[in-house]
Amino acid sequence: MMISYRDALNQAMREEMRRDDRVFLIGEEVGHYQGAFKVSKGFVEEFGPQRVLDTPITEAGFTGLAIGAAMAGLHPIVELMTFNFGILALDQIVNNAAKIRYMSGGQLSVPIVIRGPGSAAHQLGAQHSQSLEAWFCHVPGLKVMAPATPYDAKGLLKSAIRDPNPIIFIEAQLLYGTKGEVGEGDYTIPIGKAEVKRQGQDVTIVAYSKMLLVALEAAEDLAREGIDVEIVDPRTLKPLDVEAVVASVKKTGRLVIVEEGWRFAGLGAQIADSVYERAFDYLDGPIVRVTGADVPMPYTRSLEDAAIPDRVRVMAAVRQILGKGQRPIPHHK
Amino acid sequence: MDRQDFLSLYRHMLLIRRFEEKSAEMYALAKIAGFLHLYIGEEAIAVGAIAAIEPDDYVISSYRDHGHCLARGSDPRLVMAELFGKATGLCKGKGGSMHLVDAARNFMGGYAIVGGHLPLATGLAFAAQYQKRDQVVLCFFGEGALPTGQAHEAFNLAALWKLPVIFICENNRYGMGTPVKKAVALYSNIAETARSYGIPAERVDGMDVLAVQTLMCVIVPKVRSAQGPYFVEATTYRFMGHSMADPAHGHYRTKEEVEEERRRDPLALLRRTMLDQNLAGDADLKLVERDVTEAIAAAVKFADESPFPPRDALYEHVYDE
Ligand SMILES: Cc1ncc(C[n+]2csc(CCOP(=O)(O)OP(=O)(O)O)c2C)c(N)n1
Repeated sequence: MMISYRDALNQAMREEMRRDDRVFLIGEEVGHYQGAFKVSKGFVEEFGPQRVLDTPITEAGFTGLAIGAAMAGLHPIVELMTFNFGILALDQIVNNAAKIRYMSGGQLSVPIVIRGPGSAAHQLGAQHSQSLEAWFCHVPGLKVMAPATPYDAKGLLKSAIRDPNPIIFIEAQLLYGTKGEVGEGDYTIPIGKAEVKRQGQDVTIVAYSKMLLVALEAAEDLAREGIDVEIVDPRTLKPLDVEAVVASVKKTGRLVIVEEGWRFAGLGAQIADSVYERAFDYLDGPIVRVTGADVPMPYTRSLEDAAIPDRVRVMAAVRQILGKGQRPIPHHK
Repeated sequence: MDRQDFLSLYRHMLLIRRFEEKSAEMYALAKIAGFLHLYIGEEAIAVGAIAAIEPDDYVISSYRDHGHCLARGSDPRLVMAELFGKATGLCKGKGGSMHLVDAARNFMGGYAIVGGHLPLATGLAFAAQYQKRDQVVLCFFGEGALPTGQAHEAFNLAALWKLPVIFICENNRYGMGTPVKKAVALYSNIAETARSYGIPAERVDGMDVLAVQTLMCVIVPKVRSAQGPYFVEATTYRFMGHSMADPAHGHYRTKEEVEEERRRDPLALLRRTMLDQNLAGDADLKLVERDVTEAIAAAVKFADESPFPPRDALYEHVYDE
């Protein structure tokens, strides 16, 4: 069945809430407004306001409340209207959710999913266009996912809801409307398992979330130039499936990492480090990163486009790594 | 209340007092490290409040948490072992003084980000409400947490959703060196802060364990019967420095002030009341004192003799596998 990413999330939560009444949804506008991006359409009608909780604008307050509820045995799903606002809940996420199991010596668990869109949409400006996954990946105790397809979104969200740990589940506004094949009924995708989204021989691209779609487009165009790209989507960013990336690099000998987030201390730096550590001898040359520009996101379209990796830039990076072109556009140094 | 109940209050307060004194001693001997915040002077609040709840109610606290943990009935040996960083500690040496947890007693932890555990308390209360259990939550914090945004977010949500949580503000008049007057706009009537959210609030003499317990015995059933949150300002004074890094008075308060306040020692107050009203005799108190002395000695012995965790414990409990 072809459904949207949005509907895939809706199905995943709906099925899990039917399966387990410890699961509830909490966040701003999740009830009668049906979610700022309409992900929870029909929820308040089916589950009632006791399990679909509209909150005031109080990210620290309701995220902390959900963490407390998880400590007491419930399985909350927190919807952040966007991850930009999740910054107000960072204390709760980093100092409480991520640490409570460890600090208690294993006595307490925090089974919670904190989800919502990250990354840029179109011209929303600096405070609404950020890819913060590296922040969360940095924190021991959290697991982080950023699925790109409806199929992965549904299967991973179901796994996330069933997992006994705090999980940061990053969606994207520009993905909600994208469509893809999703199996009927109950299936899950294991946490921490990458998938090869395109088989190829010449170069490996690692890309996740929206950037997977960019990489797939670039690969199609590169194929016409006779360049055969393999694309690995980690899907889960932490724990990262280094094995899968290394296996691909062993085949192709070349790696390009594409991420929308800022370059400096970005997730790609970590992926590169893991690959250098495990597969240095298999690399034919240095790893190349294609990243967002290290600037607050500008509003105007031309500058916004310049700040976000696109098909052209990914293609340039692939040609560069193969010694077939110039270096990628210089402001992404 | 019968004589045994009074003696039990006394026993718990004395246990905390002696435990804290011993901890300070052990800190000086470098058996305990890091931050150590003592509860001496404030014992009546934890003991009086916790005496008014049931075993399956929840308790959550700040980093000044030894008193709440011991009042909840945690084994002093396991608490001391935790302070020593031993594998046998409540949290296997991973929490330390500021992060005691005793899940078996629904003591849900001490938290060291000021204001950060108030939202957690609302969540514990939400879970009780969601599961239609009639549990209540006691949430202890210093007055220094009152100006934090997280406290206000918690008050608002608790009031909005009528959550069964009792916010107990231990007003010891200083947040580190900052007097309450310089930190809280409504310092002379802290309870008003809660009332502005529609949360009923009371002030109680936090040096008087019987007053605390009596008040809590009125409030707890109201909160339990789903009437929503409550707020209690318990006035008190910390007899010691903010932590072991801070001398008993310091520059922010005078020696005279500390000595003046020490005359309202909550333990002495209870002892006097019990003797005056013939609720206990000297012999009873002596017996309690002997018990407590033994318990503390056993705690230190246990902590001392326990092993440190093996290095491979480092990666345990990061995730729930
Ligand atoms: C958010 C935050 N800011 C600063 C600190 C450092 N700090 C630790 S205790 C403390 C004073 C808190 O005073 P109060 O809440 O009155 O509690 P008390 O120590 O008196 O029990 C401060 C500023 C902290 N732990 N958390």
